[in-house]
Amino acid sequence: MTFALIENGFLSLISSAIPASTVVVLAALGCLVGERVGVLNLGQEGLIGIGGVYAVIAVVTWGVGSPWVALAIGMAAAGIAGLMFAVAVVVFRASQVLVGLALALGGIGLSNQLGTNRNGVQVRTQFSEFSLGGSLVDGGVREALFAHDPMVYVAYVLLPLTLWFILFRTRHGMNMRAVGENPAAADAVGVSVTWSRIGYSVLGAAISGAGGAYMVLSFTPTWSPDIARGRGWVALAVVIFAGWRPVRAVFGALLYGTMFSLGLTAQARGWGFLFNATDLAFFLSMLPFLVTLAAILLPAGAAKIGKRVRSTAAPAALAIPYSREER
Amino acid sequence: MIEPDHSYAVEARGISKYFGGVAALDGVDFKVHWGEVHALLGENGAGKTTLSNILAGIYRADSGEIAVDGLTHEVRTPAQAIEAGIGMVHQHFKLVETMTVAENVHLGWPDTPTLVSQRVLVDRTNHLMEEIGLHVDPTAKVWQLSVGEQQRVEILRVLARGAQILILDEPTAVLTSHEARDLFKVMRDLVSGGRTVIFISHKLNEVLEVSDQITVLRDGVHEVTRSAEGATPRELARLMTGEERTLEVEHREITGETVLQLEGVTASNDRGVVALSSVDLVARSGEILGIAGVSGNGQTELAEVISAMRRVDGGTITVDGEDVANGLVRKVTDLGVGHIPEDRIGVGIVGSASVKDNAVLRHYWTEGLSSGVTLFRQAVVDFATRLVEVARVQTRSITATAGQMSGGNQQRLVARREALLATRVLIAVHPTRGLDVLAAQEVQTAVIGQRDRGAAVLFISDDLDEVLLMSDRIAVMYEGRIMGIFDRVDADREAIGLMMGGHTLEEAMAK
Ligand SMILES: Nc1ncnc2c1ncn2[C@@H]1O[C@H](COP(=O)(O)OP(=O)(O)O)[C@@H](O)[C@H]1O
Ligand SMILES: [Mg+2]
Repeated sequence: MTFALIENGFLSLISSAIPASTVVVLAALGCLVGERVGVLNLGQEGLIGIGGVYAVIAVVTWGVGSPWVALAIGMAAAGIAGLMFAVAVVVFRASQVLVGLALALGGIGLSNQLGTNRNGVQVRTQFSEFSLGGSLVDGGVREALFAHDPMVYVAYVLLPLTLWFILFRTRHGMNMRAVGENPAAADAVGVSVTWSRIGYSVLGAAISGAGGAYMVLSFTPTWSPDIARGRGWVALAVVIFAGWRPVRAVFGALLYGTMFSLGLTAQARGWGFLFNATDLAFFLSMLPFLVTLAAILLPAGAAKIGKRVRSTAAPAALAIPYSREER
Repeated sequence: MIEPDHSYAVEARGISKYFGGVAALDGVDFKVHWGEVHALLGENGAGKTTLSNILAGIYRADSGEIAVDGLTHEVRTPAQAIEAGIGMVHQHFKLVETMTVAENVHLGWPDTPTLVSQRVLVDRTNHLMEEIGLHVDPTAKVWQLSVGEQQRVEILRVLARGAQILILDEPTAVLTSHEARDLFKVMRDLVSGGRTVIFISHKLNEVLEVSDQITVLRDGVHEVTRSAEGATPRELARLMTGEERTLEVEHREITGETVLQLEGVTASNDRGVVALSSVDLVARSGEILGIAGVSGNGQTELAEVISAMRRVDGGTITVDGEDVANGLVRKVTDLGVGHIPEDRIGVGIVGSASVKDNAVLRHYWTEGLSSGVTLFRQAVVDFATRLVEVARVQTRSITATAGQMSGGNQQRLVARREALLATRVLIAVHPTRGLDVLAAQEVQTAVIGQRDRGAAVLFISDDLDEVLLMSDRIAVMYEGRIMGIFDRVDADREAIGLMMGGHTLEEAMAK
């Protein structure tokens, strides 16, 4: 009896955590794509906002009837922002940190501005549920794992596996990783550092933008200001936490989503242990950030006290501009 | 149509290259035949690396043209150079340390299969090694390899891509003499198979040993191309430096007072192993005390304890009677102790900071340069300008970053800066390592000048000839101990050599 209750609680938590985490999954994979070639884009908050607001505009203002087309529009908008970022940091070799922060703030501002007249408007073009598994698995599990919209499967399964395969099983991925580790080495053997960095910055930004678009096309599904609410920052941390590996990033992101959901559930149900209900909700929504801090500090701390932690080092050339004639 | 002339592997005509308005190469002609080892000889900063980088498509020439096998080629990117059959092994290897040997060999290579797995890459690499005759464990990560092995990976990689013209930039600088012999054999094998090797070096003996033809560059200008046969080191040195000179060191009787004194100094190295055991040393004003010994016998640690960069486990160190052991670097500095460190890039300079900032790095708090809170900008500029001038540092401007200068220029700067500080004690650790003749002499001159101004100099080098040339007295170090101390007149080369290998003074004298 109690067991069933706990099981039910767990399954319902999972079933709400999965869609809640999709944004973080997408943004984390977007960051990861860029970071693997050595480009750190701190502008994730902005990219989520831009992807989101253009998906809303597509549906509400331009009357787009297909969620896929709206998604593509959101991604394209974020991709264009990513291109501007890439030109600044790759071609003009501006500081990735500064331009990234500018993109984060500018992107939030721009999306809030564009979204002003659309606050709270229902987005009617939505992804619809796409059930897998049919009657093979029982109700609770099916609800939790196999009754989501198609973007969930793309974000959790298709995209990470594809990225893993490209990065670690193809010639192209090997060259990509070399660009992130040692651009001078990649350059000397004929890999174009400039084009890989620009290309994957744009692609990464588009994927992050897909996160924003997903929010308004399925999760919320409405526009509200500051839509990313820190998820972009969390995504950046997830990438570190995951040691720059796509499949691990998905699990990392899911962990955060679960904590987000916990916070919401606690608030909704008026749970109160240790704290009163409101304080507990605040505490739970703070958890993802606390865990982020711990996840970053623990390996560093362990290294300090001489414990060998499995090597999950950042790409060696992360955030360092490259120029062939400079030494 | 004119038939292309296939007799030259590479023919570079009128190559010029400017960095920030300064010519690194000025109208250089460089012609290399098929099937020869062609040495490119020149001092640090002569433009050897720049010329090779242009041939390899890393740098773009500002003017001039390049023909490969008689056909004019655009070599504007590394990929185009590879296509033209030119492969370069860089002085600082271009390998991805976190990847395996097999992965590195296959990087950026169109022949690499689209889908790769470690097994496929390792198989292919084994195959290539068999074919080419160079062997390294293909599954090892590059950071696990010795420099000699890393070099082999680089050579393998360019040969695998069908390079017919191989450029090796100072390949022996990082090798032991045994490894260098092996490399020379590989080079000879390559040319006997019809390929061409361009061998860059500033070491005359090596060049004479292995090359067929020699081209000398000086200050970005082509001096001569001639056959190695009949060339003498003396003549080549003159062409490289433009003047013939050997350093004369005057040695006088030492009458100065004791400045630096070590008593029973014990210390450990970075791994916690004993590096100095009970070292007693005295250095007097106006003398150069040479420390002879094979590298790694405690010399580095000796320099570090005196300059307060390393803690002692026991014993005392005094400068003019003041105890400095386990003190602050700043305090030791203020007592007049200068230190030309072994690791000039890691310890001596800040590569990303300007030449100007590096010039005042150890003086900025002194009177006249700062108020204690803010720097006096003009004073700093004047100070740096003077230092750069006196040290004969070649840099395009004092605001350029120090990391952009050649190693020789970095060392000139460090040596003069430290000499300026060292009114009482100057510690010089391998100060001429890796420098060409001219730069080495300038650094030596700076050291001698400081001695003549009354400093006590500790001159540490693993080149015994250099120690014998420079020192007034010579101490021999072995496994953290002082094996014996000689006056210059009694110094016996043989005996010192034996003691460097661990024999006691008595044993050495008996032989
Ligand atoms: N990337 C660069 N940026 C600025 N100056 C450079 C660069 N490469 C070389 N130089 C300058 O060009 C000159 C020739 O350098 P280099 O070709 O490295 O000499 P070598 O290899 O003969 O020691 C030097 O004065 C050096 O400081
Ligand atoms: Mg060089």
